[in-house]
Amino acid sequence: MTTEPTIKREAVADHHDGSHNDHPSVWNPMRWLNSTNHKDIGLMYLFFAMFAGIIGFGLSGMIRMELMEPGVQYFDGSSWWGDQHNFNVVTTMHGLTMIFFMVMPALIGGFGNYFVPIMIGAPDMAMPRMNNISFWLMPFSFALALISMFVPGVSEASKGFGGGWVLYPPLSTSGHPGSSMDLLILSLHIAGISSILGAVNFIVTILNMRAPGMTIHKMPLFAWALLITAFLLVLALPVLAAALTMLLTDRNFGSQFFDPAGGGDPIMFQHLFWFFGHPEVYIMILPGFGIISHIISTFSKKPVFGYLAMAYAMAAIGFIGFIVWAHHMYTVGMGVELKAYFVAATMVIAVPTGVKIFSWIATMWGGSIEFKVPMLWAIGFVFLFTVGGVTGVMLANAGVDHMLHDTYYVVAHFHYVLSLGAVFTLFAGWYYWFEKMFGFKYNAPLAGLHFWLMFIGTNMIFFPQHFLGLNGMPRRYVDYPDAFAFWNKISTFGYFVTMVAMIVFFVGLILSMIARKKGQANPWGEYATTLEWTLSSPPPFHQFNELPVVKKTDHH
Amino acid sequence: MKMSRNHKTAGIVGIIAAGMLGLGFAAVPLYDAFCKITGFGGTTQIASKRPEQVLDRGVNVRLDTNTGTKTGLTFKAIDRVFPIKLGETGMAFFEVSNETDKPIVAMASYNVAPHKAGPYFNKLECFCFEERVFEPGAKERLPVIFYIDPHLDGEKQLDDITEITLSYTFYDTNAEKNQQTAWLNNGVTKN
Repeated sequence: MTTEPTIKREAVADHHDGSHNDHPSVWNPMRWLNSTNHKDIGLMYLFFAMFAGIIGFGLSGMIRMELMEPGVQYFDGSSWWGDQHNFNVVTTMHGLTMIFFMVMPALIGGFGNYFVPIMIGAPDMAMPRMNNISFWLMPFSFALALISMFVPGVSEASKGFGGGWVLYPPLSTSGHPGSSMDLLILSLHIAGISSILGAVNFIVTILNMRAPGMTIHKMPLFAWALLITAFLLVLALPVLAAALTMLLTDRNFGSQFFDPAGGGDPIMFQHLFWFFGHPEVYIMILPGFGIISHIISTFSKKPVFGYLAMAYAMAAIGFIGFIVWAHHMYTVGMGVELKAYFVAATMVIAVPTGVKIFSWIATMWGGSIEFKVPMLWAIGFVFLFTVGGVTGVMLANAGVDHMLHDTYYVVAHFHYVLSLGAVFTLFAGWYYWFEKMFGFKYNAPLAGLHFWLMFIGTNMIFFPQHFLGLNGMPRRYVDYPDAFAFWNKISTFGYFVTMVAMIVFFVGLILSMIARKKGQANPWGEYATTLEWTLSSPPPFHQFNELPVVKKTDHH
Repeated sequence: MKMSRNHKTAGIVGIIAAGMLGLGFAAVPLYDAFCKITGFGGTTQIASKRPEQVLDRGVNVRLDTNTGTKTGLTFKAIDRVFPIKLGETGMAFFEVSNETDKPIVAMASYNVAPHKAGPYFNKLECFCFEERVFEPGAKERLPVIFYIDPHLDGEKQLDDITEITLSYTFYDTNAEKNQQTAWLNNGVTKN
């Protein structure tokens, strides 16, 4: 316990050497531009993600509109929609936007920044100025990505990069000689730097700045989730950076890392990319796992079942996530033994994931469950994530994957775990912490309506895509045979329902802002046990000037 | 100056991140070495001496020839199919002609299919080991001397091998470089 005074001294020092002892008005742009306050930065991340989410959602709308009917309706080169190349640009940008500029900023930068320091009883993040840099790199990164859609790609006339979010060469090297791919590389480099800096910050904060008495095994599961996510980021993103740099030099400086003519190998890019790409999918879902654990425990009025198993299941998922990458590339011509390994390793992930799913169910079991809005999202998540997990186990089989590779079945699978998994955790967290963050209550009837519309809408979009994929409809095409028309139409109708859900979300947000029903410090009752509920709503600009002490007997 | 605990932790995590970046780049030579050693992706082996025994089991080696885009070379195998016994040393010939009026510097990349035969396919000598210059109008015969390791016979997984395809692709090494610099200088000019 000799470290306690150190924590205290640093925390105090961090806070009193800056210029932010005053509380500038929310209308003062400098408060946001120069912010070193984890709550302000968290909110900025959340609203940035909301903005990017609107754009990403709009792009997916363009995809669904085009695919509503067979034939090429919109991307026919006659309007601002552009030609068939632009369809691929739109799908690429939808993927990149949702991953790098919506889910990651919201879950990690947003909720992570806002709640991790509070949950572990720290006054702020360990490196508040670095936190500021992490955030402000994001708008520039996103701007570059958006600009890339409007500069030459395949040729002077064909704008934007249409090679998919995976950026495989040779399509991303000799296939797109224009500057759009260069802008995209720069954009992802900046986003990567931002995320790595953020991750370093989280690791330092969580390892060094926990309140006295809060051992690592008493830490809330959301903090655990962010700690593991941060480690995944630190280990995975630099590999993406290396691969992107090699793409950049292959494109511009005559190197031939991925060009067989010079002794390179395009498959190596796929290995590097997926060594990053697979942990990336866990980066997007682990913070959500943390959020869901808190919500289910709170509204089941029981402590979370199997706390340690929950924490170490996340660590196991993070570790195994690094040794399964080649299951994304079964079709490159791997040997059967190598495939057998990747099949087995991939299926092993189902074990810790199963531990989590069953622990959530066990937490609910026998609890007096209250179906408040965050709980609806959480249960919806558990159900839909399980559906996505089951199709994932199916796709893990190399033999099956050869049939389903790059079909809509894969699209359905990863949208069930991300669009219906990660995004549901996002909304769950949003409604769970809404009152805490803003100090007023969300509009409960509209929030409930938002959930049900979104649940129906997203299932309507993606469930039929399983059928389309099993029948052989490939991804990333602007057109399809008439045989696929029916389920594509249903899928697009689902998009319209989801669009109504999003309108309800924003109307609910605006109405709650107008109503300003004063929030309580803890609206959820005694099973909302984490430290954020001990503070006022919204929390003070600086919290924990006196560090909270966690007693030995306290529950995690 | 004493480092604070936070800076120390941040430093360690920073070093981990830098190490992963380094590993990302180290993947290039490591991947290459890995393929050469294990025959991954159908990478053939380089041998210096002939095997001692010759088995009765034979395979047909199919010779596949390709050229990169716009090389100006014609590249053919003299015999498309080359029957050989395991452990036997064979010499196959290829014919390359330069039909342009400029000398062409080219190099061939290669592998075998099925990939699992890669570790057993040994080359004693190959035209593909180095860059070659083809003068305008020249027609050259190029040999590859190879054998298939008799140990292939002992592997249960390779029971089904009756045919191995040895594939070559000739790339114009200069053209590739020129193309790359053309993009750099002109932005979008390649079509």
